[in-house]
Amino acid sequence: MKRRRPRAPGGGISMMRLKGLVKKESYQIIRDPSSIGIAFVLPVVLLFIFGYGVSLDAQHVPMAMVIDKPDQATYDFVSGFGQSEYFSPVIMNNIQEAEEALIQRRIDGIVWLRGNFGRALLSTGNAPIGVIVNGVDANQARITIGYVTGVWIKWLGRFSMEKGRPLDIPAKVDYRIWFNAAVRSRNFLVPGLIAVIMTLIGAMLTAMVIAREWERGTMEALIVSPVKIQEILLGKVIPYFVLGMGGMALSVAMAIFIFHVPLRGSFLALTGGSALFMLTAIFMGLLISQAAGSQFVAGQIAIVVTFLPAFMLSGFVFDIGSMPRAIQWLTHLVAARYFVSILQSIFLAGDIWPIFFSNCLWLVVMGTVFILIIRRKAKKRLE
Amino acid sequence: MLQRIFALMLKEFLAILKDKKSRMVLILPPVAQIIVFGYAASFDLNNVPYAVYNEDPGEASRELLARFAGSRTFKLYTSIDNDTQIAPLINLGKVLMVIHLGPTFSRDLHRGKTGTIQVILDGRNSNTALIGLNYVHSIVADFNEQWAISHGHRVPPARLMVRSWFNETLNSHWFIIPGIVALLTLVVTIEVTSLSVAKEREAGTFDQLLVTPMTPVEILIGKSLPGFIIGTLEATFIILVIVTWFHIPLRGSILALYFGLFTFLLSAIGIGLMISAFSVTQQQGLMGAFLFLVPSVILSGFATPIANMPKFVQDITYLNPLRYFLIVVRSIFLQGASFDLLWSQYWPMALIGIVSLAAAGLLFRGRMY
Repeated sequence: MKRRRPRAPGGGISMMRLKGLVKKESYQIIRDPSSIGIAFVLPVVLLFIFGYGVSLDAQHVPMAMVIDKPDQATYDFVSGFGQSEYFSPVIMNNIQEAEEALIQRRIDGIVWLRGNFGRALLSTGNAPIGVIVNGVDANQARITIGYVTGVWIKWLGRFSMEKGRPLDIPAKVDYRIWFNAAVRSRNFLVPGLIAVIMTLIGAMLTAMVIAREWERGTMEALIVSPVKIQEILLGKVIPYFVLGMGGMALSVAMAIFIFHVPLRGSFLALTGGSALFMLTAIFMGLLISQAAGSQFVAGQIAIVVTFLPAFMLSGFVFDIGSMPRAIQWLTHLVAARYFVSILQSIFLAGDIWPIFFSNCLWLVVMGTVFILIIRRKAKKRLE
Repeated sequence: MLQRIFALMLKEFLAILKDKKSRMVLILPPVAQIIVFGYAASFDLNNVPYAVYNEDPGEASRELLARFAGSRTFKLYTSIDNDTQIAPLINLGKVLMVIHLGPTFSRDLHRGKTGTIQVILDGRNSNTALIGLNYVHSIVADFNEQWAISHGHRVPPARLMVRSWFNETLNSHWFIIPGIVALLTLVVTIEVTSLSVAKEREAGTFDQLLVTPMTPVEILIGKSLPGFIIGTLEATFIILVIVTWFHIPLRGSILALYFGLFTFLLSAIGIGLMISAFSVTQQQGLMGAFLFLVPSVILSGFATPIANMPKFVQDITYLNPLRYFLIVVRSIFLQGASFDLLWSQYWPMALIGIVSLAAAGLLFRGRMY
């Protein structure tokens, strides 16, 4: 079979043949609406839901207030919770009722002022304020405790002022959060989501395409024609790359105009980083397609190896620096990790070139490895 | 009838397991992923790199900084002596935060004035920044208390006594890892079911199946059972890993857990088969699988709480079986919940399962080409 292929000198790529292949692939894309759906509808729907849906900023935490002996002091303290936007306090009659509600998940925590609160407050000091939180969601519980502490400190200040004994606090923290002063979690979640969604799109678009040709027997037909492997691969990469970048542009536009995520870096860096990532993701899809052999297995692999690793190991929600060493190394195999870092920096901090180039370098390495494996496997299958 | 279902089930098993690659994809990734994700997924911070810019020669600053140095959460990256060094450290991501103590810090404290600790944080991942800040606050609070006691300040009139139920040390692994059971089970089930009908449609064998004496209900059962069996086995394996390897306490009834797993599998298989029956090509099946899988994971409360979502998104999550199963798994593992607390989670999953299975059955014939 191989002998019949006329070899161009130097193994060059024929523009004419490439054009033909790109055209064929584009027709295939246009005729099965699912590819267009993947590239354009998917990012819009997902970004829209997530952009609004995903937030780590707790508000209106339902909290039970149990006051054994109500008086002016307890009233004062509890009113602090009513004024805070973080809580929606519910008054409960006794601790049993509140504990029951906590077990049934109707409330997230309890503030309990016992009968001796008022007396201890005025005499010995150190009057105990019981706080019980539902620790199942440890992160939220910790945030809730932080908010309770805030209410308590505010009340301490008020109370001491009224008593004419201003409280002296030895040291206080004065913090500034750079790049996201208002601490909108959306600002970092939306760029992260774009990286996760683009990983899926790149893989989904291309995971099936080589497997499909083998399954339908059209790959054999292509092989006996004069086209070369590079041309077949390029013919597949180009149209899907264009499609994927279209989806990317749409996502960036949504991030900026709908979710108002600031874009502080340059458009050039954003485009360059995205193009590099899109290529890596497409190569990964092609590799899956090549390795699987059948569409069925390719689909299964795509489901398993793309989404969850991109979600869990990219640093999109879980901090990579806090993972155990061995797992940190593993995250280097997840292309989305580099793109999350590139996007978060370009959107929020600007063009930080060392971060940009080191992540791009990793993407280039990954992409190159992928394409080398694809080429080797493709050759092997032909022989 | 039973014989026919059994025969179809055997055939389905063969279709999934006879290919070596397909077998590997089904078994290896969940096993590897429970271990990797179990270690990776946590909101707790460890070894957070920070830099110190200390202009204060006094003992108070030394005492305070010793507390940071002794904390397992933080790891000193470098000390700087000039504020122009702050920006490069933060910009390049070398440190998460810089702690700055002005020249008068110790003097202020000794004079009874409030000393200021300036903290600059990298907000690119603002959640990590906030968690880091929380740790800073608690270190400073401890320092303040110690300082007040040793320097004879008045005690505050009231103090907080905080206890957290069900997860006493607030270890976020305890929250995330049981959730991974639900996540991986969902992925495996969708993987097994979402392409199964579309594959046969493409090969033309589904038409043949429809002209056999099998009723749609029998086909439905035959196609569901492999997902059920594989899902149950993998979930069992993952639960074992969680209990024996990660030592997460399993405090509730195992029966209640498996009843939840059963209703969850019912709903996941129903949705998977519905996607599959709706797709004409496997490419469409794959897209459907992702279109369901991704939102259902992100809007499940797995990583970000449902309570933080806006109302209309919260309403959407009621259609998501993962939402209910996550509550079941976490309540049983950590809270020791039993049946009576969980009925409100079981029935929606069962309902989603029945409706989607019925829809899949109708689509078998409805989408003939």
